[in-house]
Amino acid sequence: MDLLPFFQWCYATPIGEGIRNSTWLFPVIESFHLLGLGLTAGAVLIVDLRLLGVGLSKQSPAQLWAGARPWLLGSVTLMFASGIPLFLSESIKCLYSFAFWVKMTSLFLVLLFTFTVVSRVAQTGLTADRPLPPRVTALTSLILWFGVAWGGRWIGFS
Amino acid sequence: MGTTLLGFFEQLGDSPWSVALHESEIAYSLIESFHVWSLCLFFGMTVMFDLRLLGWTMRKVPVSEVIRRLQPWTIAGFVLMVISGTILFYAIPVRSYQNLFFRTKMLLLLLAGVNILIFHSRIFPSVAKWDADAIPPRAARVAGALSLVLWVGIIFSGRMIAYNWFDCDRQPQPEIINFLTSCVPTD
Repeated sequence: MDLLPFFQWCYATPIGEGIRNSTWLFPVIESFHLLGLGLTAGAVLIVDLRLLGVGLSKQSPAQLWAGARPWLLGSVTLMFASGIPLFLSESIKCLYSFAFWVKMTSLFLVLLFTFTVVSRVAQTGLTADRPLPPRVTALTSLILWFGVAWGGRWIGFS
Repeated sequence: MGTTLLGFFEQLGDSPWSVALHESEIAYSLIESFHVWSLCLFFGMTVMFDLRLLGWTMRKVPVSEVIRRLQPWTIAGFVLMVISGTILFYAIPVRSYQNLFFRTKMLLLLLAGVNILIFHSRIFPSVAKWDADAIPPRAARVAGALSLVLWVGIIFSGRMIAYNWFDCDRQPQPEIINFLTSCVPTD
């Protein structure tokens, strides 16, 4: 499958071009993207640390998941809302960037994993019908998010 | 004072390790990535605590429990940020010292520190009275909101350090910019 025409189309969008032609837009959108990353980390860590048996370990994982979920959804929305314009402005560079594909793959996997396995494990708690042991769940989630953050930062270096 | 500090940073920037870090793309990029990961740990924990102070999340969890259980992680994240941040500064001392955004970031860090001191000395000691409140008293909410605003400002100004719009070697700049960055243009 040839992705180049699609990435070229993204590059040529008015949003992509507008960001490229502005001195300030890219850095400002990038800052919001970084803020979204920090917020996402907070919501993820509250739940994952609990599944590892540390952090707010007196609380039930189900309750922490319920508290963190809206913030996770909000911060991921902020990441997409800021990340898509950033991508449009440099999509051709992204196409040839290894880090970009690491990031997209990890992102797809971690979102799927979070809203199926993590949510299920947190809600069923420590009962027997959970899909994965809590520690394995938390470690998988953290490693995948790490891939997202590493790939994201490294797009800028390539 | 300004010139002596500048002289010190010039010497620092000429030291072999600083030059090596500055010129090594891999090492510098790795440390910068590490700075971002520690930011995730530190800011993530801080933001969840601030949101609890505002009564916007985990309303059923006592405030003292949130602080006691999250603080070791917050401190670990902060220490890692300071270590990696210091190395990043050491790699590019003169430019960072004269960078408008770096200076803004340091000022906001100082204010965030004052906010933490005030919270721990004036607001938190009475926590027993409002520990289980879904929405803590006004003073605690103000401290939480200030913390959020300051840390967001620190993230934004930190991200902007990379951009050279106001750098001393990019003249002419408005006089106020050169004053704020202690820049004496040479032509």
